[in-house]
Order: sequence, then C-alpha cells, then structure tokens
Amino acid sequence: MDPRLKRILPKVQKPARYTGGEYNQTVKDKDQVELRCALCFPDTYEIGMSNLGMRILYHTINSMPGVWCERCFAPWEDMETELRAAGLPLYALESGDPLKDFDALGFPIGYEMAYTTVLNMLDLAGLPVRSADRPDLLPLVFAGGTSCCNPEPMADFLDLMVIGEGEALDNEVLELLRTAKREGWTKQTYLRAAARIPGVWVPSLYQPEYDEDERFTGLTPLSGAPETVTKRIVEDFENSPFPTKQIVPSTEIVHDRVNLELFRGCIRGCRFCQAGQVYRPVRARSAEKLIQQGIESLQATGYQEITLSSLSSSDYRELGQLCDGLLDYCVPRSIGLALPSLRADNFSMDLMQRVQKVRKSGLTFAPEAGTQRLRDAINKNVREEDLLESCRVAFAGGWNNVKLYFMLGLPTETDEDVVGIAKVAEDVYRLWREHAVNKARGVRITVSTSCFIPKPHTPFQWAPMVTKEEYLRRVKLLRSSIRSRAIVYNWHDAETSEIEGVLSRGDRRVGAVIEAVWRKGGRLEAWSDFFDHARWMAAFEACGVNPDDYTLRPRAAGEPFPWERVNMGVTRRHLWREWELTQEDRLSPDCRAGCVGCGARALLGCCPDHDVEMGGESA
Amino acid sequence: MIEAGTKLRLRFAKEGRAVYISHLDLMRTMQRAFLRAGYPLKYSEGFNPHPVISILLPLGVGAASVCELMDFSLTAPLDEAELPERLTAAMPEGVRALEVYPGGRKVKELKWLELEGVFEYDARDPAEMAAGLRDFFARPSIVITKKTKRGTGESDIAPAIRFLSFSPDEKRVLLRGVISAQEPTLNPEHLANALRQLAPELAPDFAEFRRLEVCDAEMKVFR
Ligand code: SF4
Repeated sequence: MDPRLKRILPKVQKPARYTGGEYNQTVKDKDQVELRCALCFPDTYEIGMSNLGMRILYHTINSMPGVWCERCFAPWEDMETELRAAGLPLYALESGDPLKDFDALGFPIGYEMAYTTVLNMLDLAGLPVRSADRPDLLPLVFAGGTSCCNPEPMADFLDLMVIGEGEALDNEVLELLRTAKREGWTKQTYLRAAARIPGVWVPSLYQPEYDEDERFTGLTPLSGAPETVTKRIVEDFENSPFPTKQIVPSTEIVHDRVNLELFRGCIRGCRFCQAGQVYRPVRARSAEKLIQQGIESLQATGYQEITLSSLSSSDYRELGQLCDGLLDYCVPRSIGLALPSLRADNFSMDLMQRVQKVRKSGLTFAPEAGTQRLRDAINKNVREEDLLESCRVAFAGGWNNVKLYFMLGLPTETDEDVVGIAKVAEDVYRLWREHAVNKARGVRITVSTSCFIPKPHTPFQWAPMVTKEEYLRRVKLLRSSIRSRAIVYNWHDAETSEIEGVLSRGDRRVGAVIEAVWRKGGRLEAWSDFFDHARWMAAFEACGVNPDDYTLRPRAAGEPFPWERVNMGVTRRHLWREWELTQEDRLSPDCRAGCVGCGARALLGCCPDHDVEMGGESA
Repeated sequence: MIEAGTKLRLRFAKEGRAVYISHLDLMRTMQRAFLRAGYPLKYSEGFNPHPVISILLPLGVGAASVCELMDFSLTAPLDEAELPERLTAAMPEGVRALEVYPGGRKVKELKWLELEGVFEYDARDPAEMAAGLRDFFARPSIVITKKTKRGTGESDIAPAIRFLSFSPDEKRVLLRGVISAQEPTLNPEHLANALRQLAPELAPDFAEFRRLEVCDAEMKVFR
C-alpha cells in the first residue's frame, strides 16, 4: 500500500471502501496481463457495489484471458480532500495502481446527475477531462449505461460510448484496444476502427449542427462513422454470464445481498419510463436457472438475503415456481427473500404472504398518477380497484405500512388528477379502518411525489416539463387535500429534477455547463449534500445556455433530437403514436396482450416473451 | 472431532488491507465467512435470531493483530485441524484463522497486551526521538485528556504501561511493549496522543500498531 494512502486512511470515514481486498475480488498476475482496465463507477462504493450491471461487467471483462479489470469508485468529500492534499492520484482498488497507468477506464453511467462525478474522477486520476486534450490512445476513456442513449451532453469528455448492454459489447471494444496497443495505433486510428463495431458510438465522429437561431438541427457523421448506431443486447439471456462468485464487500453497502435478475426489458410500455422502453425486447431466464444461480450465489457469498430484481418482477411468468424453489432453500437457513416492485394484484399478494414468513417488510405501490384518466394517458396499467383490493388483503393479513409513489407534472395532468392522489391515499386509509386485524398498532401510509422528467427514447420525449413553481403549486394543492393524519406526504424537490431534465435531453452545448459546474466544485450531485442549484444556474448563465429551452419547450413533431442517431430498438414512429394516444387518454396493450410493433423486435428477429404468448407465432 | 454445540474459541490474525475493516463490519464478515466455509454458526433463540459470536477485545480501525480471539459455537461437529485453512480461504485478504479450540479461559483473566509499533518521523532524527521517548514514557504519571461519551476526561495512562522500549532505525522508531488490555483498557493510539498533548516535539508524523500476544496478570499467554 502506498505510504501516503496509509496515512490518509485512518483520517477518513469508512476507510474499508478505499482499500480493496474483499473476498472474491479478481487479482491477476501483472506480468501475464496485456491489457488493464478499470471500471470507474461515478458514485460512492456503497452505491456502485450495489449495482448489478457493475458486477456483471467486472465478471465478463475479467473472463478475457490477458485482461485484468479492476474497480474504482468516487471518493467521498473527506477522502477527496485528503487525496488532493497528499497529491495522490485516484487508484484502482485491487492493485492500488494509479488509474492514469491503465489502458482503459470504463464509466458505467446510469443517471445524468453522475456526469460531474465522471469529470471529477478523471481529474482526480490526473487526466484532462476533455477527450481532445488526451491525445494518446491510452488510457481510453469510455462509458456505457442508460444515460448514453443520449450521447451528446458527455460527447466532449468521452472517447467512446457503448450503446446497449455492455456485456454484449465491452469485450469487443477491449479486444480491439489490445490489438491497437500491441501495434501502436494512434487514438484516431483506433477510434475510427472501433466505430465500425456495431453498438459503438464515437462522439468525436459526429458533428452537431445548429441553424441561425442556434437550434440543434442534427448530427453529421464524419470519417465514415455509421449513420445510426444500434444498441447491442444479450441475445441468449438464459445462458448469458451471471457472476455467482460475487465480491462480498467488507463494509456495509446499500444493497448488501444477492441480486437475481429475472429478465431484461419490460412488457408494460409505461410512457414515462425510459428503462421500460430502452431495454426491450423482454428476455427472461428460466426459474430453474435462477434458482440454481440464487443458491450458488448464496453459497459463494455467505449473504443472508436475496432479492429479485427486474423492472416489473410480478410479470415474471414463473414467479411462483421461482419463489417456492428459493424459499425451500432459504427458510431452513434463515435467509431472507425480498420481493421489490410487485404489482398490486392478488397473485402477488398471496406471494407476499408466503414470503413474509421469512421477512416482514412494508408494501410499496407505484400508481404514478391519481386518476384512472391520467393513468391511462401514461399507459400505467394499474386499476384503482386492484390497488385497493391488494391493500385490503394486506391489512387483513396484518400489514400496517404502505408506501405509494406518484409523479406530479405528467403530461395532461390537471388539478383533478392531483387531488385524485389524496383520494387514493384516503381510500387506502379507509380500507385499513375497515379491515385491519390489529388497529392498536396504527397504520402508516406514505405518499411520495417526484417531479416528472421527460426522457429520450420515450413517448414523452416531446413533452415539456412543468416549472418548479408549478410543481410546488401542485405539491401544495395535494398537501391541502390530504386530511387524515395517518397519511404522511413527502415530496422531492424540483430543483434537481430541473437539472436532470436539462441533462437528459441536452445537446453538446450542455457539456460546457457540466464542465463549468464541475470546475466550481460540482460532483456527487445525486447526493443532496452536494447538489447546488445556484451553481448550475450560474453555469448556464456563464455558458449562454438557457435551461428552459431544454425543459419547458414542447418539441415539434419533426424536430431532430440529439439522440436521433442512436437506435435503442423502439422507433420514433412508435413513440410518436404513443404520444398521440396520450392526448386521447388511450391505453396500449402490453406485449403479452398484443404487439404494438414498437420496433424492438428487429434487434433479435423475435420477441421471445410475446411469441411464447402467441403460441410461437410472431406478429 | 469436537461435538456440536461446544463453546469454541478462534484465534485469528487481521493484517494488511483488513486492518481498515471496522469491528462491526468484521462481525458481519465473520458470519459470512463461516457460511461460505460451510461452518454453521449457532444462532440465538428468540424473535430475531442472530449468530452468537463475540470478539474478545475489539481492535481499533488501522491496527493489525496476530492474536485476535473470537468465541462462537457450531450446530455441527467440527474437525478442528481442518478449520484454519478452510476458514481462511473464505476470508477477505488479510484475515487468517490460526487455530480453534474448545472452551478457553474466562475473558476477565485477560490482562496484558504485547504489542509492537512504528513511529514515523519525516524530518527528525530517530535516534534523538528514541531517547526522548524513553525519557517521556519513564515519567511516573502521564495524564492525558480523552474524549469520552460525556465530553472529555482526564486519565493517567502511566499505570497502564507495563513496559515500553524504543529502538531507532533509518526514518522510524520501532516500539515494543506491554500495556494493559483491560481494567484499565489502554488504546495504543493514546501513546501517540499523549505525545501530541504533552510532548509535541516527540509526536510522530504517523504511528501504527500491531498486537502480538494477549496475556493474563502473570504474563502467561492467554488462550
Ligand atoms: S415488438 Fe411488439 S412484442 Fe416486441 S417489444 Fe415491441 S411491442 Fe413488445
């Protein structure tokens, strides 16, 4: 260990997150390694180690002979101060070697508020933040993750982005880099060659164009870069690698448990949900496989809890069978099974009751909107009757803690919809009074609202956000509509949402703002401790960028988007049709009820989940 | 073979990167390592069962040790010869199981701690420092201010020191000593704190410690 680091560690909070050495970490012999890569997660160790994608990529990259992949996370404030004071550059956990000596640094970016942290980590590593200021091929700075489906805001900083699922693509990018390193290619040569790998986006090979009013008019591909880049996906999800020998952190993290991924994608098509659109088509693993992976993971890690994670776990066809199989293993060993994000239906409730034998937790529902009309408009297939029936069963079964999640500011929302949220909560409370088995214990109903943010590649990419003031007016309206004292109302601030709104649908000019905010000390901004709205406003001003132009302006039907040349599978034509249905408060069927031809089928040539439903025929 | 349910004591080392694992995190790490190695820890009875394990003298973050002791029981018979290797293989880097045996002496008979330490001086002469340190720790009373739960308190650490020696090398002073582990407990960090408070000219730029052995009141090895 570096003697400077030894002196720092006793001074910082939770030093174990900066040391590496955890059980199951991968260590390779440096002399046998040709290419060294570090996954740099732009948030803390506790968040990053809880990220399943990070764990999968660590595993798939390390499965390459001659390539060693290590980890790095963003230091907390105290550690950053100490590192800078000691002049110690950011290092990878496994070897302790400085990041700047690596061949490739990969940033998984799942949320836009992490952008400033990416810049900060590059700087802490001793590297220039702009791609153009890093003339050498090595280290290659690349990124992946959901946020890359709009590659423009971070275009000036990253050398390369992988579009889609990293485990389908990262190894090809690194394999080419190995060749480039061996043969001494220039960065330009490498990037041009890499741009020919399907799914690779090289930001410097696309020139943004603006008209005389400074409106974005499109991206021009340069030097033979492809017109569009189509995301890569794991085709055989059943047999795709899943790390059962996962690293077990020696210090507590956010999701300190085994995480099983039931399926990728979502059949639902909620119009506000980016993940639900961009991970299509649905690909599932068999219950048999998942039970085996679950048990192997529990044995290899010693974790005492396992959770099922997917966008909408109750849509998993073999959920009952899977839970039975896992419970058979878990119950005798006092291992907890957690089921997040279940739908409000009877089947799920029955399951909750069985699972509850092991661990009792609160119930969580996300109706998202307060009236049926608005739920139809956003294509959220939850009926109030079902929600209430689930709550009735739950209260009768002894639950007394319900959390309800909603958004304010959804397209077409009226005051009636806002007040409707209070009504849903009051109805839930009434049910508790009528059906609770043990009233003496009281009840806690929590209503949370966040401000809706339109995201690229969703039907709402054309929609304006509401202003912060309007969001707060709706918050007040809702607050004054809630009567019962058993109902607790929490609302998220809209200041972060406003910035996230700009970053989500931003073009390359927003990159200058990101850099300006970082230069003024911005990083770890997903944490309210470090988010500073005024700093962003000052940066917009300084860069001559008007945030309202990105957040409040309704987009025209034919308006070019900065993410136009990225193909996430779902077509613009489909998204527009969905946007039109929104105006008519009309639902679309989910993939099982009927295929609406979203376009994702073209990625695989089939939609396994839908086709099974249709008896093998494709629509 | 040791019968299931027997009270067992594990001696283990915690060194290298593992010295930054906190006491609470180490308890969790131990539980998981036992599960990984296939040793079923005995759980407490009652509403919220948890493994009954206890680590005798919690070690401060940053300090190393080759003499940690932990009490536990298993619900299965144990081949004690096999445990050290199998458990160590299930541990994070730096934690090594050394031996396991049934029973063990009563915790309250543990009295002295043998330790070694390193005092680093960046810009001072180690030989001169060692001489100063010897004089300083020969004082009959060394009263320092300690932070306690209820604010600060004064305490004389001299009676808790049985013996300390200092030998200089190139840039550092090496320390060997025996200090009181219980009644009173002297955290070795307070040796450096005492210097910071009472003789800053001798205070090292960096200090680290390693526990070598635990002993009873008669200085016999405690097991
Ligand atoms: S193509 Fe049809 S079945 Fe496939 S994901 Fe899109 S809507 Fe669903």
